[in-house]
Amino acid sequence: MKNINKKFWMGIIVALAFYGVVKVLLTTGVLSDVNQSMLLLIGVNIMLAVSLNLITGITGQFSIGHAGFMSVGAYTSAILTLDYNVPFVPAIIAGGLLAAVFGVLIGMPTLRLNGDYLAIATLGFGEIIRIIMLNTEFVGGASGLSGIPAKTTWTMLFFFTLISVVLINNFIRSTHGRACIAIRENEIAAEAMGINTTRYKIIAFTIGALFAGIAGGLSAHTFYVITPGSFNFLKSFEIIVMVVLGGLGSTAGSIVGAVFVTLLYTYLREFPEWRMIIYSIVLILMMIFRPSGLLGTTKFSFGKFGKKEAKANDAIEGSSAP
Amino acid sequence: MLTVQGINVYYGAIHALKDLSINVKQGEIVTLIGANGAGKSTLLKTLSGLLKPKTGSIEFLDKSIVNQSVQAIVKEGLIHCPEGRRVFANMSVEENLELGAYLQDSSSLAADFQRVYNTFPRLLERKKQQAGTLSGGEQQMLAMGRAIMGHPKLLLLDEPSMGLAPLLVQDIFKIIKEVNDAGTTVLLVEQNAHQALKIADRAYVLETGRVVLEGDAKELADSDEIKMAYLGH
Repeated sequence: MKNINKKFWMGIIVALAFYGVVKVLLTTGVLSDVNQSMLLLIGVNIMLAVSLNLITGITGQFSIGHAGFMSVGAYTSAILTLDYNVPFVPAIIAGGLLAAVFGVLIGMPTLRLNGDYLAIATLGFGEIIRIIMLNTEFVGGASGLSGIPAKTTWTMLFFFTLISVVLINNFIRSTHGRACIAIRENEIAAEAMGINTTRYKIIAFTIGALFAGIAGGLSAHTFYVITPGSFNFLKSFEIIVMVVLGGLGSTAGSIVGAVFVTLLYTYLREFPEWRMIIYSIVLILMMIFRPSGLLGTTKFSFGKFGKKEAKANDAIEGSSAP
Repeated sequence: MLTVQGINVYYGAIHALKDLSINVKQGEIVTLIGANGAGKSTLLKTLSGLLKPKTGSIEFLDKSIVNQSVQAIVKEGLIHCPEGRRVFANMSVEENLELGAYLQDSSSLAADFQRVYNTFPRLLERKKQQAGTLSGGEQQMLAMGRAIMGHPKLLLLDEPSMGLAPLLVQDIFKIIKEVNDAGTTVLLVEQNAHQALKIADRAYVLETGRVVLEGDAKELADSDEIKMAYLGH
């Protein structure tokens, strides 16, 4: 336990140091506006990837509707700040909460659906949300909402991202997280151990949706404009690429994946038609060289934490065993 | 301890258990034997709440558990160790056991680990190893150890000897006897009727969802019908 705590605080300190350095570079103008918007995008994508990892990587529920949750958060918070003058932070959180409500709603069918069927249902959910936005005048229809105040600053984004990652990671490490992993590993055995599998699936969907909604709100307040088209299934797919690329079930992996995909996205901006091809090639290469990937069979290691302590325990128990 | 009265269980249109009644007394090992499709596993799933009977009653420790959730039933101390081992393959042995104690409060955790490791010294040797890399016999030990972590009063074992080498099968049965001697009542489903009848106190023979024979395990093992049908003499 001590080692985990130490690691945790080390991580926080490193993250804060990173924040400070970037802040200084931004205020002194060493990092340009382009760099800043890339950093903001990375933060948003980290939140999306880490929250999807909870649903797909940890609980093993394959979901292709993450952009749907994101759009609920984005539209809700944008409407609140644009039309109702709600302050920024409460608007973002309200967006997240409404997305979480949708998470509960979409979590319900997981009572009945598994694997491919669930994937199709979540894909359908994402598209339904998009079509509704597309056909609702109140939220701007096809042209979406524009003139959203650009209130997402580096500081704001950094702390939202840090808090999401810490909260999700703590959830994963808790008993509840173990229960979710048990569901991924073997649903029947998990049920027989007395784990309420239905409840945990819904919890995973709800928490995942909450943070996707928050990420959506933050991204809406970064780029001035949101349109239904920016939350299509390609966006969902992009988040899946981040999670799978980084390694299903690993928070650190999701962060790495999010950073990598965002950089790829930014530097390929001038060749948009190449983007999907490169994603595909990267995925194919990964499947060849790291075939443990796609549907939740990747190696998982909690064991890496606290190795020293574990060895000491071994020695003690080894000597007392018959 | 467990009284099942006239339960009927259906898989859709298929009538899987027909008016079936059994009982298990405190401290016994009771075995259910029968061919594939006789309804043995279905009965265990019904007892642990994974399936619901259409009619009939199930009483455990003098309380009806028919409409209880799986979680509530596990909490009462009726723990099902499902067929085919079903360990959490990507978790370590230790983490698997920890999940077995999922509904227990953590104060007894250390003692529970000690108890399981005493019963299965092999698991202690391998406690940091990923469960998926264990041999079949070790995985079976882990599945049983995991069930024991949940403080079972009645342990339902579904084909613990399935797919194991003959020597390991003997070990597993020896361990079941030990677990029983330590105070856990056991309801054992087995294809290996010979071994099961050796350690059991009483037995039920199931055929197409009905109990066709019941009685003292030793007597059944000697009866000609059983010998012909299940023991191959």
